[in-house]
Amino acid sequence: MSQQYAALLVVVPLLSALVISIAGLVNKRLCFPIAVAALGVAAYSCIGLLLRVLNEGVIVYKLGGWDPPMGIAYYVDHLNGLVLAVVSVVAFLNLIASKKSIELEMPDKMGAFYALYVLQVTGLLGIVVTGDAFNLYVLLEITALTGYGMLAMGEDRACLSTLNYLYMGTIGACFYLLGVGYLYIVTGSLNMVDIAHLLPPLYQSKAVLAAFIICLVGVWLKMAFFPLHAWLPNAYTHGPSAASSLIAPLVTKVMVYVMIRLILTVFTPDFAFTMLNISEPIVWLAVIAIVMGAILALAQRDLKKMLTYIIVAEVGYMVGGAWLGNRDGMTGAILHILNDALMTLCAFLVVGNIVYKLKGYAFDDLKGLFRKMPFTMGAFVVGALSIIGVPPTCGFFSKWYLISGAIQAGQYGFMVALIFSSLVNVVLFFRIIEIGFFEPFSDHHGHDHHTEEPMAEAPLTMLVPLFIVAAGLVVVGLYTGDIVNYIIRFAVPKGLI
Amino acid sequence: MGDLLQTIVAKYNYWIYITLMMIGLYAMIAKNNLVKKIVGMNIFQTAIILFYVSIGVKKGGTIPILEHGHGEHGHGAASHLVQAVDYINPLPHVLMLTAIVVGVATLGVALALAIRIYNQHNTLEEDEILAQIREK
Repeated sequence: MSQQYAALLVVVPLLSALVISIAGLVNKRLCFPIAVAALGVAAYSCIGLLLRVLNEGVIVYKLGGWDPPMGIAYYVDHLNGLVLAVVSVVAFLNLIASKKSIELEMPDKMGAFYALYVLQVTGLLGIVVTGDAFNLYVLLEITALTGYGMLAMGEDRACLSTLNYLYMGTIGACFYLLGVGYLYIVTGSLNMVDIAHLLPPLYQSKAVLAAFIICLVGVWLKMAFFPLHAWLPNAYTHGPSAASSLIAPLVTKVMVYVMIRLILTVFTPDFAFTMLNISEPIVWLAVIAIVMGAILALAQRDLKKMLTYIIVAEVGYMVGGAWLGNRDGMTGAILHILNDALMTLCAFLVVGNIVYKLKGYAFDDLKGLFRKMPFTMGAFVVGALSIIGVPPTCGFFSKWYLISGAIQAGQYGFMVALIFSSLVNVVLFFRIIEIGFFEPFSDHHGHDHHTEEPMAEAPLTMLVPLFIVAAGLVVVGLYTGDIVNYIIRFAVPKGLI
Repeated sequence: MGDLLQTIVAKYNYWIYITLMMIGLYAMIAKNNLVKKIVGMNIFQTAIILFYVSIGVKKGGTIPILEHGHGEHGHGAASHLVQAVDYINPLPHVLMLTAIVVGVATLGVALALAIRIYNQHNTLEEDEILAQIREK
């Protein structure tokens, strides 16, 4: 059984998506248990795979028994073992947490929604696990198409924002496909490891350069790296809360993983950092991304949109860290994939709970929220501290690695941007905490009933996953040393100092 | 000048795909009508499909099916001498079958969204839709 984990984590959700869409026609209450079972199996196999990788090293799973250059192979090493575990656990927790809000927001579309949800997780896990460049494109589009479907189920403006997301997502995927085409012309192979073996004599070729740049731009579009971020805030804000709390933590992070995979495995760090000499401008782009993300977040007047701009800034962290070109920067970027997925999930689950109770997430709606929803807001404070980067939470440690990488690389601009964005995050989150804690809850008649405002918490099925995530933020923070020593140290290639 | 012309003519398939891609991109950026934008997006995708198909083409090559080279278990072809030069590489074409399916799916989702938007706003012109949203 454990030999088949790599296939199970894609096949089980894929087939259960079909079963769910049929079950949705028969009885809507069947959908949720099937989805939980499917994602449970996926999460179990992902964690099993990660443990096996820790013991045995790289796992190659040949689909159908065909050897890699001809057939398609799944490669699992330390890097994607970690990302697989993160993706499957985040998707599983969010599924349980958002059951009630799905029932509330779209009671008649539950079957379709759960099918899309499970299919999206299939796509994400497939992107991470696959070792074939074209396979990655197909799974990229599976992820994207299901994402469009889910986000479009939201409020009034959701369709238009999703259509904009669709244009940009399609251009991004097409650029990636074009880059793979150029790689295929020069190497005649689609297997990532095989391409990496064939490329070194061809590094001077203009076609390889074009392939790298085009792939990179495509992936940047998909991950909303700053100048290409315009689609993200509206699409994530107007989507239903269950969809945005799945897509916001995972899709951008998985795309950062794809970029790191391209740099480390397909093109090797030698080519990306030494031959090309483009790290410096890219780090400066990341600096602009971080600063602009922070400033645009300051301008927002509602919680969900503010969080989406924070994601834009966080993408800047990861891209900049990966392109610093040293071990600490790359470690920080990989660690931040894990941390940011958890932090964003925490923040968006809080938004989901608030929407469930208040039907709104503008700043004015948040008045007196600490008295009304103390547990939710308690978890929000933990998430906020983590995004700011306060020591016991995990956000601090990845930022620490990123900053020390920036100092080693001599990129002081990046260091300043990281500190600046942390300070802006302090302002952002303390503004919300101030509104929620000090301003009295005001329905119609001001402050006279702020003492006996009744507590109206979200249901327990929404709170428990939120607490697990909030506790996870601290636990991951405390065990950062182990994660770096046992997993990430092996994910970063030895050549990188 | 002659050199430039020669490189353009010799690699005309790349120029065709780039031109098509730019037409698609132009339509997506400049057009105001949502359906025109979606059609532009589809042209963009199709350009890349044409690019892949054109790199698989070989002058004088034939379809990669062995006529008489079959043994009884399907492995007999190995003993028969196969001249790879004579055959067209089928892989880019096969990949594009998948990419076409992806393109059709994307087009379908985009058109479905356009229908939803039309039902909400009674128009497909983007500036009018934005004006309506701003009024709310």
